[in-house]
Amino acid sequence: MTAVAPAPAKPLAPSAPDWARIRADFPTLRQTIRGKALVYLDNAATSQKPQCVIDTIRRFYEEQNSNIHRGVHLLSEKATLAYEEARLKVARFIHAPDSREIVFTRGATEAINLIAQTWGRTHVGRGDEILVSQMEHHSNIGPWQLLRDQTGATLRVIPMTDAGELEMGEYEKLLSPRTKIVSVLQVSNALGTVNPVKRITELAHRAGAVVLIDGAQAVAHQPVDVQDIGCDFYVFSGHKMCAPTGIGVAWGRFALWDSLPPWQGGGDMISSVSFEKTTYNTVPLRFEAGTPNIEGAIGLGAAVDYLTSIGMENISKREQMLLARLEDAIRRVPGARIVGTAREKAGVASFVLEGIHPHDIGTIADRDGIALRTGHHCAQPVMTRLGIAATARASVAFYNTPEEMDAVEPALRRVIEVFR
Amino acid sequence: MSDLGDLYGEVILDHCKHPQNFRALTDSTHRSAGANPLCGDNLLLFVKMAGDRIADIGFQGNGCAISKASASIMTQAVKGRTRAEAEALFRQFHEMMTRPAGTAVDGEKLGKLAVFSGVAEFPVRVKCATLAWHTLEAALKGTGETVSTE
Repeated sequence: MTAVAPAPAKPLAPSAPDWARIRADFPTLRQTIRGKALVYLDNAATSQKPQCVIDTIRRFYEEQNSNIHRGVHLLSEKATLAYEEARLKVARFIHAPDSREIVFTRGATEAINLIAQTWGRTHVGRGDEILVSQMEHHSNIGPWQLLRDQTGATLRVIPMTDAGELEMGEYEKLLSPRTKIVSVLQVSNALGTVNPVKRITELAHRAGAVVLIDGAQAVAHQPVDVQDIGCDFYVFSGHKMCAPTGIGVAWGRFALWDSLPPWQGGGDMISSVSFEKTTYNTVPLRFEAGTPNIEGAIGLGAAVDYLTSIGMENISKREQMLLARLEDAIRRVPGARIVGTAREKAGVASFVLEGIHPHDIGTIADRDGIALRTGHHCAQPVMTRLGIAATARASVAFYNTPEEMDAVEPALRRVIEVFR
Repeated sequence: MSDLGDLYGEVILDHCKHPQNFRALTDSTHRSAGANPLCGDNLLLFVKMAGDRIADIGFQGNGCAISKASASIMTQAVKGRTRAEAEALFRQFHEMMTRPAGTAVDGEKLGKLAVFSGVAEFPVRVKCATLAWHTLEAALKGTGETVSTE
């Protein structure tokens, strides 16, 4: 199963999804927290899981459980087919031209480490430059620092404005023939900024650099077309897009993958082994040593089907409406300030309340059943740049409701009341 | 079921708004830094020892209401005490923070520190309340490393 056939007709997404019915697909959202209905606004950390994904995983263990790519027995064949079918679904979802380009990983973090340690160790050397941005998640900083320390390369940083937008002029100036790779996120988990990844890619390619886009915060919230972006690598995690934890994706152009050495050794990544010499398997199995997270991949396939059935355009529109309503609710609170005011944003409203530490906001809002994230959101350089220690963050998903956005205002007013 | 009043009691809120001993000492003999980076808490603690006694103590930094109030009340509690007395107070404080749910605390022994008894009902906030104490311990031991309770 290699080349991705065009999706069998346009996904039959209804033009106006029944959002109440969709919300009912999520069992976790039916509970109360200390007597209050749960308002889950920590979607940027992880999404809730729809019943169909939970059922798919249960069915796998009840009916198909077996190891893959090994047995000749029927059960193994079924499991292998389900696993490879998930790869094809993911390829279609991000418009990859070839399903062999999809490498399953534990998540976006592992995907970036994989690329840094295979592509990076092959192509980056002393004096070369790695370019990331000021707003990266730690997962897109740490792997490059490891590579830098291993190779003697330099890590350089694209600055951002007070509003949380990349300084594109500065970016252009940073690009040079020394730039080997540009690795930036598509949507900021700390600020919600949507970066112009197509333009970023174009400029990097002009300078001869390879481009990695971290789509962890994007892929569940808008249609993604890696061919349209034009990047060379694209990574994301399953758990932020209705799939289980422990499964993620590293997409890369086939020719790039094919030229790279393996990262981890083990079963599945080899084609023949003797103690003298091991011949490595072809892409993508070359990068999937050991028994992989089979249930995770199959669960991810089910999540892709689920999101596609709603329609990514519909999801994006719904979340834009929710985010605008959420930011309005926050702005009505005296002393509240939204952190991250980029012109193009998705899903995330970070904020501070004057004189009140975000941690106290989080604890008090939780008493109202509202789940917020507080802290530096694994993006300490963002906090440093903006001169704050932490923020409170509300992040939306399509299954949230407009009423939940409105509920944030009275909850924040109660926080202020406690400290009055 | 614990309610918010257990965490944000009047004394804690008062110390948060008006922290005591909230100043750097220019003549400190011991100092130490504490930080819970995930929360965005950071604390600098200054101690002036006179023999075996804490003659003066001050702190600076940023943090949530619990960590700030804890630092403030701690400085009041240990000022003038011997090193051994301060360590004993820390032990009692720590026991209060990690005691089984529903257990009463010895208010007489703990004095004002007992206002933090409710924090034990909020497990993720215990580290906020203990940061100042761990930082004090490090200052007295002179380890020079930044302390974290995360």
